[in-house]
Amino acid sequence: MNSIIQYFKEIIQGVGSLLKGMRVTNRYFFSPGKIVTQKYPNNRKDLVMFERFKGEVVMPHNESNEHKCTGCGICEINCPNGTIEVISKTIITEDGKKKRVIDKHIYRLGMCTFCALCVKTCPSNALAFSQEFEHAVFNRALLIKTLNKPGSQLMKGVE
Amino acid sequence: MEEIIKEVVIDEQEEYTINMGPQHPSTHGVLRLVVSLKGEIVKNIEPHIGYIHRGIEKMCESITYPQIIHLTDRMDYLSAAINNEAVCLAVEKALEVEIPDRIKIIRTIISELTRIQSHQLFWASYGMDMGGQTCFFYGLRDREKVLDIFEETTGGRMIVSYNCPGGLMYDIHPNFQKRVKEFIKYFRGVLWEYDAILSGNVIFRERTIGIGRLKLEDAISYGITGPSGRASGFSCDIRKQEPYSAYDRVKFNEVLYTEGDTYHRYLARIEEMRESMNIIDQLIDNIPEGPYFVKMKPVIKLPEGEYFQRVETARGELDVFIKSDGNKNPYRVKFRSPNFVNLGVLNHISKDFKIADLIAIAGSLDFVIPDIDR
Repeated sequence: MNSIIQYFKEIIQGVGSLLKGMRVTNRYFFSPGKIVTQKYPNNRKDLVMFERFKGEVVMPHNESNEHKCTGCGICEINCPNGTIEVISKTIITEDGKKKRVIDKHIYRLGMCTFCALCVKTCPSNALAFSQEFEHAVFNRALLIKTLNKPGSQLMKGVE
Repeated sequence: MEEIIKEVVIDEQEEYTINMGPQHPSTHGVLRLVVSLKGEIVKNIEPHIGYIHRGIEKMCESITYPQIIHLTDRMDYLSAAINNEAVCLAVEKALEVEIPDRIKIIRTIISELTRIQSHQLFWASYGMDMGGQTCFFYGLRDREKVLDIFEETTGGRMIVSYNCPGGLMYDIHPNFQKRVKEFIKYFRGVLWEYDAILSGNVIFRERTIGIGRLKLEDAISYGITGPSGRASGFSCDIRKQEPYSAYDRVKFNEVLYTEGDTYHRYLARIEEMRESMNIIDQLIDNIPEGPYFVKMKPVIKLPEGEYFQRVETARGELDVFIKSDGNKNPYRVKFRSPNFVNLGVLNHISKDFKIADLIAIAGSLDFVIPDIDR
């Protein structure tokens, strides 16, 4: 007799524990204000990433198409996996001196591990992270980016 | 004709083997378990690892010390910040750098937040292993808040790369303290839901209590650390045994159980989240002012010798061993990863249980496969 009571007691307790869990679910079901799900592709316009978010490495340019990169190559040395390649060229300035400037600052997004060493070690703060996070492309070649814009120059006062 | 049919009949006494994985969802990655079965009873498990082996230890030999940090993120990706800390502490020990309190306390807070988010994901995915889809959504809902804190301060969500030899990559964000306090308040308020949904659930309890019992002697001899070891009563918390960073100045309990079954391995992780919140509570208001970074030489060269550091990740003890020959690259780096060691006990504890219990047992050891293979 005792075992029968125990049997039914266990069933009631078991169902009770399931209902306890269901109560939590139901609470959220009937209070839609507490739902935190974002409807992602539809909320693109007002989706703001944090300021420090490591989206991809960019080289900020000012209005007159000038950047701060001197072509020293410290970012290339510090990159752990060869993501960055700085190709520099020598030009002759107006007063006849030879000067090394960057020709191309190549950044391979497909290889980048976002360790932030390039941005942190750059002596002239020429590199920064953008908040862009939609990186998918159809062609792998599009992931190899040239960071300095065509025709851009070194900002005055940056050595 | 009769003879052919006779050959096809399977002898019920005979063992047969099946492959669980490498693409099985409950192995949480690419782990292949070759399971010998007799009927439904598990007789032997042979783990085959190496599907995600990247040779991180070998790669470390060709890069500099600050560059190693980002590789440790990718071992146990759920305890990324703690892995970073391990290497940083070893390098700082070698260089005999004095680390200011501010850095120590921020590192401890970040480590404990990492532990919380790791256990939240454990809870979420363990519920799903056991057939409860709801848990996954609740677990990730709360984890999202920790990841937002990380994102604001470190720039990364999972792969944070926040520590570096000599301090931190960035100072904490001005909102950091406010957000952490908000999160602790919020999470204390919703932790009862975890118990209501899963811990008390009769189906879950039936499937986990008494399953995969690990004795204290076995836990010690197999070297099982972390919550899995502490559920068997093995006092192995490095935060208590060999305090590093700011753990020597906080009060917290080491979560210990004696049962050592699947349910208590699960329960130990839930309790650890509460303890982690206590630790953060004690530190969050006491972050002193000061620099977030100790100036190091541009090229870090460790003096010749061997250096060793133990830390407690969310899954157990992570040891870093660095042998330096005086160059900017280490001569040899060895990681003692908790998951690799914990995997060794799987065969021992799941013998003579049903194959469905194997999912429960493997889930409760909370494997992160990239940490096993490295």
